[in-house]
Amino acid sequence: MRELKFDPLNIVVCGIGGQGNVLAAEVLGSAMCDRGCRVAVGETYGASQRGGSVMSHVRVSNKMDPSVLIPSGEAHIIIGFEPLETLRMVRKYAGRDTTVVYDPRPVYPLGVLQGIQQYPAVEDIAAEIDGLTAMAVAVPAAAIAMEAGDSKAANIALLGAFSQLPGAPLNREDLEKILSQRFKGAVLEVNRRAFAMGCEAAGKGAE
Amino acid sequence: MTANAPGQVCLMQGNEAIVRGAVEAGINFAASYPGSPSSQVLGMLGKIAGERSFYAEWSTNEVCALEACVGASLAGARALCIVKQNGLLCTADSLHCGAQHGVKGGLVIVTSDDPSAHSSTNEFDSRWQAESASVALLEPTTMQETKDIVPYAFELSERTGQMVIVRLTTRVCHGRGIVKLGELPEKSHPLQKVREWDRLVCVSYLHAPMLERLEALRSEFEDCAYNHYAGPEGAEKLIVAGGTGRLYAQEAMHRLGVEDQAGLLTLGTLWPLPERYILRYLRAAKEVLILEEVDPFLEQHLEALAGKHRLSVAFRGREDGALPKIGELDPDNVSAAIAAFTGTALPEKRAASHLELPQRDMTFCAGCPHRATFHILKRVLRQEKNPGVVIGDIGCYIMSGQFAGQYAFQAVNCMGSGINLAEALGQLTRYGLDQKVVTVCGDSTFFHTIMPGVVNAVYHKANMLLLVLDNSATAMTGFQPHPGTGLTAMGAAAEPMNIQRILEAMGCKVEAADPFDVAETERTVKRLLQEEGMNVLIMRQPCATLTAKKQKKPVRVWVDQDACLGDGCGCDKYCSRVWGCPGNTWDFKNGKAQIDPVTCVGCGVCAKFCPSGAIHVERGEEA
Repeated sequence: MRELKFDPLNIVVCGIGGQGNVLAAEVLGSAMCDRGCRVAVGETYGASQRGGSVMSHVRVSNKMDPSVLIPSGEAHIIIGFEPLETLRMVRKYAGRDTTVVYDPRPVYPLGVLQGIQQYPAVEDIAAEIDGLTAMAVAVPAAAIAMEAGDSKAANIALLGAFSQLPGAPLNREDLEKILSQRFKGAVLEVNRRAFAMGCEAAGKGAE
Repeated sequence: MTANAPGQVCLMQGNEAIVRGAVEAGINFAASYPGSPSSQVLGMLGKIAGERSFYAEWSTNEVCALEACVGASLAGARALCIVKQNGLLCTADSLHCGAQHGVKGGLVIVTSDDPSAHSSTNEFDSRWQAESASVALLEPTTMQETKDIVPYAFELSERTGQMVIVRLTTRVCHGRGIVKLGELPEKSHPLQKVREWDRLVCVSYLHAPMLERLEALRSEFEDCAYNHYAGPEGAEKLIVAGGTGRLYAQEAMHRLGVEDQAGLLTLGTLWPLPERYILRYLRAAKEVLILEEVDPFLEQHLEALAGKHRLSVAFRGREDGALPKIGELDPDNVSAAIAAFTGTALPEKRAASHLELPQRDMTFCAGCPHRATFHILKRVLRQEKNPGVVIGDIGCYIMSGQFAGQYAFQAVNCMGSGINLAEALGQLTRYGLDQKVVTVCGDSTFFHTIMPGVVNAVYHKANMLLLVLDNSATAMTGFQPHPGTGLTAMGAAAEPMNIQRILEAMGCKVEAADPFDVAETERTVKRLLQEEGMNVLIMRQPCATLTAKKQKKPVRVWVDQDACLGDGCGCDKYCSRVWGCPGNTWDFKNGKAQIDPVTCVGCGVCAKFCPSGAIHVERGEEA
């Protein structure tokens, strides 16, 4: 059984459909289950393929069966695939102890492209995320993934960054092991590269 | 899913827990039509059906699925029918008749409700159907219960000779939790010969035996492990939870420190209600808070029960306004309701800034053929003397009612209804309605419920155009096979039904077109709109998600920003502003169009619109 900094430990994974955040949450959940913890995962992906906001909640406990949803203000870690979606979740779920790792690359909602809504300045988003949380690290996950060889590996780059956060229930070695169990061949190689680059980028971002 | 490892603990999704429970129950037969949030159940069952020697099918619609299960039950089979809330309503006649004649082999219906309508057009509460039909209804809370309740439901169904409905909600179907596996039976449940005097016949004199079965179920539920109580003896404040509310309540009571101030009564058997068991706690209570998904079902029935026994109890819940009347329960609204119920203060939150955050609306996926179809349709209808009428239906293309499809349609009722709404308007064109009438349906919906409507419209010579959006997939729910795909749930090949030939046999005038061939298809739609009677145009282009999977080398689409005229172009940013594909975005720094390489799947249709020829397509190789 793994020692937890908080019990239940609450993790929000958020982004836009198709970015692989449901998979990232599932990987985290089963890894903690294998370590003997009680785990609950809630997925909201009704609009997943269709450009809507998507989030997953991962909850880990050594004492209880948590419900699949995190109460507002009670997230300890937020993993965000897009700055606007990260801020949306930070406003709802962040509390005093929350740490955040997110990709600062904006994906514009249709309303913004149509010119009927404004996408806030990325600096303003970053400032508010910083102000509402204990610590926030911006990691260019999509850019890392493309450099590693496949834009779909952004989720793995973010998991790498996540493993470097204080309070993360899984460290770099844990997650590397899971990757080698889940993927094979060329896909594994791309994911390994993205993961390592994510780890390093988090180190730099936190300085 | 099929490991015989009793006691093994795994992280399981609610939908997976249903599958595992069905395997542990040794089912013989499973039938379903896809519907979120329980679409995945039959897909998984189909994959393991061969190994566990049972039969699984994606039925053409929910009525076929449930009636097939009734047939299987006649041979003593354990039959599982999986539907979503709307699908259960489709089966209403069969459900009510079946409840009257009862079952021989166990028949369990898993129905998934979608509170907050995350992936549905509406919220609906399946519990009313159980009450109306007089069948048993169970509702699990944890993933463990979800797994365990399936074998229990089969035993119960066989013991009482009645169908059992298991109601799930989205948070159970799409949640994951810890499940301890049970034992797998060596063989499937034994089938029984259909005897000469076996009877599953719905006749009026079976009404009384049906009511007797209901009372037998009620007695069974008076002492059932799925109902339990935690809290002080004789609690004056009582919280009653059916379904997801229990875990939210347990956590909230712990967080607020009010565990000793109120009792928590959990009900897993929701119809018929175990009245004596409930009264044991209701008699002591002065105030009751009810936590339930969608409608005030328990609230109304418990209020009636208290009234019948002349108890003076105040009820709080969805009807009373202690909880929101619509939308799902969540930890926050349950915490707030419990805080108010127990007179406790809620913890305060840090305030966010006033920066307004844009919403992220749904749209068709990048490269979706529907986007091209509705673009063409809107262009043609705008050129008519009077703007036409478009009637929608259920599938991904329901988004055409929003920005994604340029707000294309005026009405959409339930699945399969579009053809009939349009038929009426098509008739009214002979009585002074001077507008062109168009309706759409997908290929899976065509088989599901459109066909009788086509017969009706052809026979009665309605003046209308039906567009069959044939993307070779049940795309909305995750690519389940349907009779047009040439595949079955168990992975076998089948002779695909040819939609065009079916329509021709029904006497329609049918043509086919490619929505990506924008200019030519626009001319075809325009011509068909001028023709009398029932016309059909099949829009053939596979779902973009399917096409993307097949490509070896990704297609590259890119914008030559030197050629793009940007803000100054007469197209008024058509590619990113009107076309609305997530792959077409805007480079706000340079004021020029750009393609998002992460999202774009390379259909290349946007290149056909660009007046400056600035969008370039480099073809990939087919796998």
